[in-house]
Amino acid sequence: MPVTQYVLLSAFLFCTGIYGVLARRNGVLVLMSIELMLNAVNINLVAFSARLGNDPAGQVFALFVIAIAAAEVGVGLAIVLLIYRNRVAVNLDEIDLMKG
Amino acid sequence: MPTILGEAAAQNVAFWIIAITMAVAAIGVVTMKNIVHAALALVVVLAGVAAQYILLQAEFLGIVQVLIYIGAVLVLFLFGIMLTRAPMRRTGEFDNDQKALAGLVALLIFGVLAYLFADEFGGDKLHLAQPTQTSAIADSIFRTYVVAFEVVSMLLLAALIGAIVLARRD
Repeated sequence: MPVTQYVLLSAFLFCTGIYGVLARRNGVLVLMSIELMLNAVNINLVAFSARLGNDPAGQVFALFVIAIAAAEVGVGLAIVLLIYRNRVAVNLDEIDLMKG
Repeated sequence: MPTILGEAAAQNVAFWIIAITMAVAAIGVVTMKNIVHAALALVVVLAGVAAQYILLQAEFLGIVQVLIYIGAVLVLFLFGIMLTRAPMRRTGEFDNDQKALAGLVALLIFGVLAYLFADEFGGDKLHLAQPTQTSAIADSIFRTYVVAFEVVSMLLLAALIGAIVLARRD
């Protein structure tokens, strides 16, 4: 199998994630789009690991990315909950407390 | 595998079926008007990623993907949807007013990435001889990358404590 099709799939998922981060305003949906982008990176890592003859390094890095993603979702959702508790809305374009 | 197609062609067909399903579901995640439906579309994408891992002979990663993403992260997302009382009915208020610009940026980046990848890795083939041994991954984690592993474990601990501190009511 050519490696190009995996890389193209991963590029497509990544760009869908970029669109979601830019166009969505609900905090939970933005976190979901970030998950799409992280999964795209993982597909790339595993595909190149297979291209290099099943080098385990790529898969190990994919595991690290999964661990980081889990931590990111935990902290991100805690922040979204805190914002909801204080502002009763999780629309990201209404959260402009740090705007001068 | 005694098929008419042969193993490589069968893998190719499986790849494209899963890839097209994933692409449709990914577009669903970023465009659906119902937030729970978007989360369910994310399940399809994550399961597709797990299937691609198994096609790429990374079986351990496929299992980890199902356990962590579909088992844990998705439940966390559904709890987040529930606790922030996102409107479940159809509303158009999940998108902001820069959809056209965002689509343009995403298309531009996809074009650049696709051109670069096709140019650089055009004729490369995958070497899918046999599945990666899980013991090889374990050796790699606990021998070559043991420092990175320790850093990741400390980061996870810090993130857990941080999440508890943030979400706790005083």
